[in-house]
Amino acid sequence: MFYLFGFGALFGALSCVLARQPIMSALFLIVNMLSLAGLYAVLNAHLIAALQIIVYAGAIIVLTLFVIMLLNMREKEGLAYGHKVVLQAAGIVVVAFVFVGIASKAGNLAIATGGAELSAGFGTVVEVGKVMFTEYILTFEIASVLLLVALIGAVVLSKARV
Amino acid sequence: MDIAVPLNHYLILSAVLFSIGVVGVVSRRNVIIIYMSIEVMLNAVNLTFVAFSTYLNDMGGHVFVFMVMAVAAAEAAVGLAIIIAIFRNRRSVDVDKVNLLKG
Repeated sequence: MFYLFGFGALFGALSCVLARQPIMSALFLIVNMLSLAGLYAVLNAHLIAALQIIVYAGAIIVLTLFVIMLLNMREKEGLAYGHKVVLQAAGIVVVAFVFVGIASKAGNLAIATGGAELSAGFGTVVEVGKVMFTEYILTFEIASVLLLVALIGAVVLSKARV
Repeated sequence: MDIAVPLNHYLILSAVLFSIGVVGVVSRRNVIIIYMSIEVMLNAVNLTFVAFSTYLNDMGGHVFVFMVMAVAAAEAAVGLAIIIAIFRNRRSVDVDKVNLLKG
């Protein structure tokens, strides 16, 4: 299951970044999001898997698609090929290799320190809710303030004259 | 939990997804595609959180993924409003043409 969803996530992300048109990009992003939701379900994170589909695939991508269709862009986007971009790409590839190398080692450390059996009801709404509303209650409240600020900001920005 | 797959595979997948997102941010010129690449990067981080959370049997990671989703939703609202404002003023979503602060 991991390899199926993992391939789906990789394919979605690559196609999203490489697609010529923004609308194809958004549709491939949905493939990526749904594959990740599948991975979360494999990892026993049921609440997060549901939220991934509802919030990302359901809300954020739909909003993005609305904006893409609203703007109706006609201009052709040129990738700026040149000396600078080649250097940038080389740098990214090198950093990415280092990054993947670190990631491939980090798991051993974690398994050495932890690797316990899953507790009963791991990842269900009840259990995640208990953690969220006791240990992380301040973080939760800050998130609500953040959403309020974003709401006001979006309203102000979308007024007729900015 | 799928014991057959080691934690490392999740971390490698996450690192590769994050790198793809970085490539998108750096190489594309369309601001909407840059925005979607940022979403890819956020999701790669979420995958790391959930994988560690499951393999260490600690649900704190799930709470943090929840917070990242809240931030992503806020970013979507404000970011798309900014994109619309830019397009309204300049008839373009090319980041190279938005150079007001370039001096």
